[in-house]
Amino acid sequence: MLFRVFSKNELKNLYDILAVNHIVGPVSKGCNKNSTALYDFDFVYDFEELQLEYSATIHSLKRFILPAKETLCSFTLQKNNWQKHVELNAYKPIVYFGLHACDINALNKLDKVLAGKIYPDPYYAAKRNNMFIIGVGCTPQPFCFCHSMGADSVLHGFDMFLTDLGDSYFAEILSARAFECLSGITCREPGKSEHQRFLEVAQEKMKRFTCHVDTTDLTKILDLEFQADVWREWGEKCLSCGTCANVCPTCYCYGVEENVDLDMRHAAKTRHLYSCNLIDFAEVAGGHNFRPHSHDRLKYRYYHKHRGFVEAFEESLCVGCGRCGNACLANITVPEVIASVRGKEGYHG
Amino acid sequence: MTASEKTYLGVPVRKPRAAFFSLTSCEGCQLQLLNNEATLLDFLSLLTIVNFREAVSERSENYEIAFVEGSISRADEIPRLKSIRAQAQTLVAMGSCACFGGVNQLKNRFSDLDWVKKQVYGDHPIETQDVLPLSAIVKVDLNIYGCPIKKEEVEKVITNLVLGKSIDYPQYPVCMECKANQNVCLFDLGEPCLGPITRAGCDSWCPSNRLGCWGCRGPAETANVRQLKQIMREHGFSDEQMLDRLECFGGFSKFINELKNQ
Repeated sequence: MLFRVFSKNELKNLYDILAVNHIVGPVSKGCNKNSTALYDFDFVYDFEELQLEYSATIHSLKRFILPAKETLCSFTLQKNNWQKHVELNAYKPIVYFGLHACDINALNKLDKVLAGKIYPDPYYAAKRNNMFIIGVGCTPQPFCFCHSMGADSVLHGFDMFLTDLGDSYFAEILSARAFECLSGITCREPGKSEHQRFLEVAQEKMKRFTCHVDTTDLTKILDLEFQADVWREWGEKCLSCGTCANVCPTCYCYGVEENVDLDMRHAAKTRHLYSCNLIDFAEVAGGHNFRPHSHDRLKYRYYHKHRGFVEAFEESLCVGCGRCGNACLANITVPEVIASVRGKEGYHG
Repeated sequence: MTASEKTYLGVPVRKPRAAFFSLTSCEGCQLQLLNNEATLLDFLSLLTIVNFREAVSERSENYEIAFVEGSISRADEIPRLKSIRAQAQTLVAMGSCACFGGVNQLKNRFSDLDWVKKQVYGDHPIETQDVLPLSAIVKVDLNIYGCPIKKEEVEKVITNLVLGKSIDYPQYPVCMECKANQNVCLFDLGEPCLGPITRAGCDSWCPSNRLGCWGCRGPAETANVRQLKQIMREHGFSDEQMLDRLECFGGFSKFINELKNQ
């Protein structure tokens, strides 16, 4: 890894170099009713729109790499014959400017499932391979537990990662193309004082985490507490609305639908992201539903994230971004659910 | 165009004889069917329409599928609906009025029907009774939800009906579509919304335009109404505000008494 520092004034020049491409980044989405600023990822058309000091975005990046609805292929139907057209829906490279470590880690986790060696998902891979990622350091929010999930820093999966040192940025460089971009702006190798400042910033960030999840022996505890009453308690609150999965940066479950057009000359196969909390998620042909109760569905979501995925990949499928708990109207949050399963007092169940 | 001209992968597609009827309603759902000119000709070519007063002047009582819009609010509508049922092999309740009573059933909230008549008709009362959905009188084979119905959804239903494919509705609530549309949750913006308990399929039509859901499509397959009442209170909305929404289209009638007694 190479390191560079550049003055904050140079950021606009870096943006301009990259702006020949489409740029996606955190932008303002107004305020909520408590006057708290809201942010989301969106296309950026002007440097001034880019809000690199954003707290967190409402939705994850999935809109761009794993859209809620995606046409996988379309068909032209003829008499006694048909033609199939496949589009991977990745027409252009996109620069992702200003991702937090949790969201880059989320992409790395999705890669394990969707861009694995045996059955890669070409629709995901095409978009993933067309990404240029600039990470940016963050300020832990009251709902962030990425540190507990080991996702508060990121080691790979980006081109460049920027840390705010006050009047300059400290850039970690992971790709040749990122290095080339920096050759277009004024930057230099960091000195000893900047190394020092970089480490201080990391330590200051660590002190700001207020939300934690105890993951010690969590896979075993989940097995032991499979029948625990707390699942029913959370299930009674759950709206089975799928919001948690929709805002989650790592939920990837989907359903596929085939539809014939009204003119009967065209048809399409469409993928819809789905959620394991929805009532018919585990309904099979013939009509049997393996998980008709909301507490079962909620439980299995936690088992996939914090147990099954850990057994398969030795890491959790949760990056601790806290979006699900933030978005859940019933106030079901990962830290509280896990604490309740561990039998800890103090959760507000 | 005759039946033999329409084919799907070389297989002739039979055009069912369809009739559209209107009971107590604004006829907005029928108009909605005629709304999308881009697909209108394809839509009409899938059916042999024998009765559709918003679209054709011909009339025939020989039909297989009856699309019935509107609710029952007068005694003479009951024999009319029964005769439609007797003729049709498939009876489709189209829109919130037909499925749940719709906006019309709001009058059922009042215990004194004479007072309601006086308020609405003044000194010129007409014969009217408590509003009922179609299913209170006859067997309904298929519901198409919404106030108004969503044209795209009807197109899909009819295509699948003609092809003999199964007809599936979203069982999940509006939140799924609202999140897919990248909206900011209306509760965060200080608006009440029935999206978390209302059946999807509208593509979060109202919430995407910053209007909280009023539940026109009725309850989702799992509707945690009790929890939403709690959420409404936490966000500063009264039980009356929630009841106003739940009672607006009639889809949540089975939850109302439980909520009032809580």
